[in-house]
Amino acid sequence: MHKHIQHEIVNVIAQIILLFPFLIGLIIYFLAIVISHRKQRPWTVYRTLCWITGSTFAIIAVVGPLAVRAHIDFSAHMLIHLFLGMLAPLLMVLAAPITLILRALSVQHAKLLTNWLRSRFIRIISDPVIASILNIGGLWLLYTTNLFTTMHENVILYVVIHLHIFLAGYVFTLSFIYIEPTPHRRSYLYRSVMIVLALAGHGILAKYLYANPPAGVSYRQGEIGSMLMYYGGDLVDMMIIVILCWQWYKETCPRMNIKIAGKKVPID
Amino acid sequence: MDKANTNTNNHANYLQRNLWSGILFGLGLVAFLDETLFHQLLHWHHFYDKSTTNIGLISDGLFHAFSWFATIAGLFLFADLRRRKEWIVTKWWGGVLLGGGTFQLYDGTIQHKLMRIHQIRYVDNVIVYDVIWNIIAILMVVMGIIMIRKRGDKHA
Repeated sequence: MHKHIQHEIVNVIAQIILLFPFLIGLIIYFLAIVISHRKQRPWTVYRTLCWITGSTFAIIAVVGPLAVRAHIDFSAHMLIHLFLGMLAPLLMVLAAPITLILRALSVQHAKLLTNWLRSRFIRIISDPVIASILNIGGLWLLYTTNLFTTMHENVILYVVIHLHIFLAGYVFTLSFIYIEPTPHRRSYLYRSVMIVLALAGHGILAKYLYANPPAGVSYRQGEIGSMLMYYGGDLVDMMIIVILCWQWYKETCPRMNIKIAGKKVPID
Repeated sequence: MDKANTNTNNHANYLQRNLWSGILFGLGLVAFLDETLFHQLLHWHHFYDKSTTNIGLISDGLFHAFSWFATIAGLFLFADLRRRKEWIVTKWWGGVLLGGGTFQLYDGTIQHKLMRIHQIRYVDNVIVYDVIWNIIAILMVVMGIIMIRKRGDKHA
């Protein structure tokens, strides 16, 4: 009984702390849109919608009934993992918050931000290899050690791990598809090879969990959660791959037609 | 370099791209059919077989990820060839058969039998299924090679 009440308190505190950054994110995003509009630089509705839905998925993952259920139900936990670590990051990368902030800031402050984006720290962390290790490696650590059990008893650990899941997912997505100004670019081939390896790491872990669920998770729950992780991961990764290929397709566009004396002439 | 020479070089480049586009898409297509037909609809294959070896799990994961990527990338390469008007029908379909057949052969021999990832079907005389599976794979590879080696590459 005592343990149950303690769990409840841990739940509530964790929910409040984790809700905070996403609310701030929404407020800053809207503030930046307002300032940008005042500077006569309108912002697209599509990106705004991406930010709102992305934030919503993240918030659903950390507060409310699903978040509470995730403490006892492994498949609910996996759904949270998909929302917080994959879907929300993808939508929020598509919302291009850095580009928006750069528009809203004064030239002087924008320069500071771009300098920071050019820094060695960002170069290292936004390399697909490092981003994949932080993201997929973190998951291996979480599910194959007793970290998963400990996380549900320790509020600090719970918050840190959930923030890590989101941030790692965000940086991961950012390192593969270039929506924002990207000073440290990597070739399409490099990113393609890495996304295959990262997806493989994710899939292998998902199947491994099918037979070896984390401590305290029943076999049946492990099986459902594992399949959710596997196919859900495929779905979100498919979107990243499509965007990556689409960007390649646009970039390699040949100059199909040129006009010579008003007549369209195809060239190679 | 004169114009004719540049064009020949371009065609040689696109010949390769036709092959790669076909191979990637063929590999992805077979993997996709495997997943939807045998895993999801017929339930012949198991999601995870307890007799799977560790190396089998890794091989399966790598192949699944690669085929998932290959399907999409292969189609984008195909779209690129189409807009450049460099799509060569026989080479491309030859690539599809070669890629698909090679994957099916690898899946049917090494992944199913050696690494024991899962079997085609959980019945007594599974050997019949294995033989049919691999013969189809070999036929696809042979047909693919014949189509690729065929002279006179017609552009679509």
